Amino acid sequence: MALRQCAIYGKGGIGKSTTTQNLVAALAEAGKKVMIVGCDPKADSTRLILHAKAQNSIMQMASDAGSVEDLELEDVLKVGYRDIKCVESGGPEPGVGCAGRGVITAINFLEEEGAYTDDLDFVFYDVLGDVVCGGFAMPIRENKAQEIYIVCSGEMMAMYAANNIAKGIVKYANSGSVRLAGLICNSRQCAREDELIMELAKQMGTTMIHFVPRDNVVQRAEIRRMTVIEYEPEAKQAEEYRVLANKIINNKNFIIPTPITMDELEDLLMEFGVMEEVDESIVGKTAAAEAVA
Amino acid sequence: MAAMTREETEALIQEVLEVYPEKAKKDRAKHLAVNDSSLEKANKCITSNRKSLPGVMTVRGCAYAGSKGVVWGPIKDMIHISHGPVGCGQYSRAGRRNYYVGTTGVNAFGTMNFTSDFKENDIVFGGDKKLSKIMLEIEQLFPLNKGISIQSECPIGLIGDDIEAVAKKAAKETGKPVVPVRCEGFRGVSQSLGHHIANDAIRDWVLENRDGDDSFQTTPYDVAVIGDYNIGGDAWASRTLLEEMGLRVVAQWSGDGTIAEIEKTPKVKLNLIHCYRSMNYIARHMEEKYSIPWIEYNFFGPTKIAESLRKIAALFDEKIQAGAERVIARYTAEYEAVIAKYKPRLEGKRVMLYIGGLRPRHVIGAYEDLGMEVVGTGYEFGHNDDYDRTIKEMGNATLLYDDVTGYEFEEFVKRVQPDLIGSGIKEKYIFQKMGVPFRQMHSWDYSGPYHGYDGFAIFARDMDMTINNPCWKNIKAPWKNQVANDEALKAVA
Repeated sequence: MALRQCAIYGKGGIGKSTTTQNLVAALAEAGKKVMIVGCDPKADSTRLILHAKAQNSIMQMASDAGSVEDLELEDVLKVGYRDIKCVESGGPEPGVGCAGRGVITAINFLEEEGAYTDDLDFVFYDVLGDVVCGGFAMPIRENKAQEIYIVCSGEMMAMYAANNIAKGIVKYANSGSVRLAGLICNSRQCAREDELIMELAKQMGTTMIHFVPRDNVVQRAEIRRMTVIEYEPEAKQAEEYRVLANKIINNKNFIIPTPITMDELEDLLMEFGVMEEVDESIVGKTAAAEAVA
Repeated sequence: MAAMTREETEALIQEVLEVYPEKAKKDRAKHLAVNDSSLEKANKCITSNRKSLPGVMTVRGCAYAGSKGVVWGPIKDMIHISHGPVGCGQYSRAGRRNYYVGTTGVNAFGTMNFTSDFKENDIVFGGDKKLSKIMLEIEQLFPLNKGISIQSECPIGLIGDDIEAVAKKAAKETGKPVVPVRCEGFRGVSQSLGHHIANDAIRDWVLENRDGDDSFQTTPYDVAVIGDYNIGGDAWASRTLLEEMGLRVVAQWSGDGTIAEIEKTPKVKLNLIHCYRSMNYIARHMEEKYSIPWIEYNFFGPTKIAESLRKIAALFDEKIQAGAERVIARYTAEYEAVIAKYKPRLEGKRVMLYIGGLRPRHVIGAYEDLGMEVVGTGYEFGHNDDYDRTIKEMGNATLLYDDVTGYEFEEFVKRVQPDLIGSGIKEKYIFQKMGVPFRQMHSWDYSGPYHGYDGFAIFARDMDMTINNPCWKNIKAPWKNQVANDEALKAVA
């Protein structure tokens, strides 16, 4: 089987890293060879696989060694649960330098050093929140990830972010082979959340590949720096991640998304009662002004 | 070739514009004009200081070039760090021939390149720590430096390094001025914004350093020379004239200048501005804050020199006015001899200029003193106020071209057929290969000085040896000579 490269995007705090690691653990359990590339200066994309606080990142080690040319692959590539390979691009502390450039440098390093070996079935890029600049779009450029999964929930801002990410994908999809492969709904227990995300997916031209329900076992495992798959393999939630893994293995629905307009998104939210009908007369009015009126 | 009429010049501009696509044509049309000396304001005829069009081969520089290369670089006893990747500093190192007196590497640093040599790591993690370390090393290796300026290259602005904080900390540690300059190359449309940013940095980080310190003994005749970069020794040839007439030159900005001179400038009585474009900002600021008047002057060619000396002297007492007359009288025989020697060889020759800063208008008088005529001129990065000052200097119906493109300049030259072009290194070989005599008017073609009476003699000699060089007669291949060909054919027949 040829190497499949996937990138996970989604609004910050939606559960990308947790979902990715549980998913990857399930894939490994199913016998797949997987590598995770964390593309976030916080370097927290591999901790559940490695049982570590935060892995030493490529950029941090390059900085300590002098330059990225001074590094060897084995310095930065760690192997965790069921032989899952883990690397973190890393980057600066908040407020200094350029994290986007860190992602570019790290991925170039992995390519040059031959981290993408033939025996791998999957590479997963876990990318920070929004695609704020070119650096964080690196994983979806030519010859990198070809499948994008967007993690979202039924909350308005999560859907808004998902739609924006789809716009970013369109830009690169038209010039390359990157495709949207589906939405993963990480439930926040909103009403009719599954139907809402299914409808959003439909309008964007894709599908909701799986609905991951909320379960406290995920947090219990996380405290132990473990995935649910490893911590409590017989848990119901572990089965959910196995289903998701299986759907991704068999997924063939790769499309150029059709992001919707802001108006369409608002209509959708109103239809599902997430948002009230907008009363144009109150737009831009302060509470004080309303009280007078 | 006879002078072109207004109609002919206008037709030429239209013809040259013809090749452009519609949008480019509309834009470039605003930058090309036929001079009308009767106008008061240039904005009636020409637009300037706008973004260049992509693909036209502009010769403009960047904000970093304007700050590090022009304004700050010549301050000889400071160390100027080119902060960012190595190329900007190294490829511009010592290129501008700002002469200075001092021992390089000991108490003067003009021709050296100091850079933070940014690598991937510095981009990703920021360069502030490295910058701090560099300044520490500078103090250890070059303890006689009198201060440091940090000249930002593009990445510094992109990654948002806090060079101001680093500068303040370093200044506290060393007790010397440390000046952060936000002259990232991508800012503005040309080097012009770099001059402005550099002026602002002097205003904010240097100029107030000696406010309230009266230890400097002033005289009623204190002046500062502002906007002379001492290219090929220009400032030296200018300074002697001012001193001979009885003035005391307290500061040279910035050719062969020091940080101490700059700090003392708020104590002078008058600021003398040579390069208006690059330093008018600081002159205006000193006028506002310290009530120091400023005037522009022109030390190219005896006519303008005498005019300027008298104009300057008029702002002082009779002693200085008599001094100015004495200076003019003293050099008269000398410059008359220069004119007597070269004018017969240069009379009637026509010149086209395309330069930066002040020269597109300031050198016109020097050419006219030699009997030559400037038939076209333009600025790389001028503003409207530069063109305001130019339309009076140029003859009617002559060509004005702003931020001229490679194509336009070549076409103008083909048609106008000047006897000499004065421009820069990027233009030099193109026009020489077209068979047109050429002088570099940024670097004086490695000659100079051209300022002052001493400079005028060198200027006249250089123009003569370029225009009247025998090589131009031999530039056409013999087999392309139609007359010779015909005769040869006749001989065979």
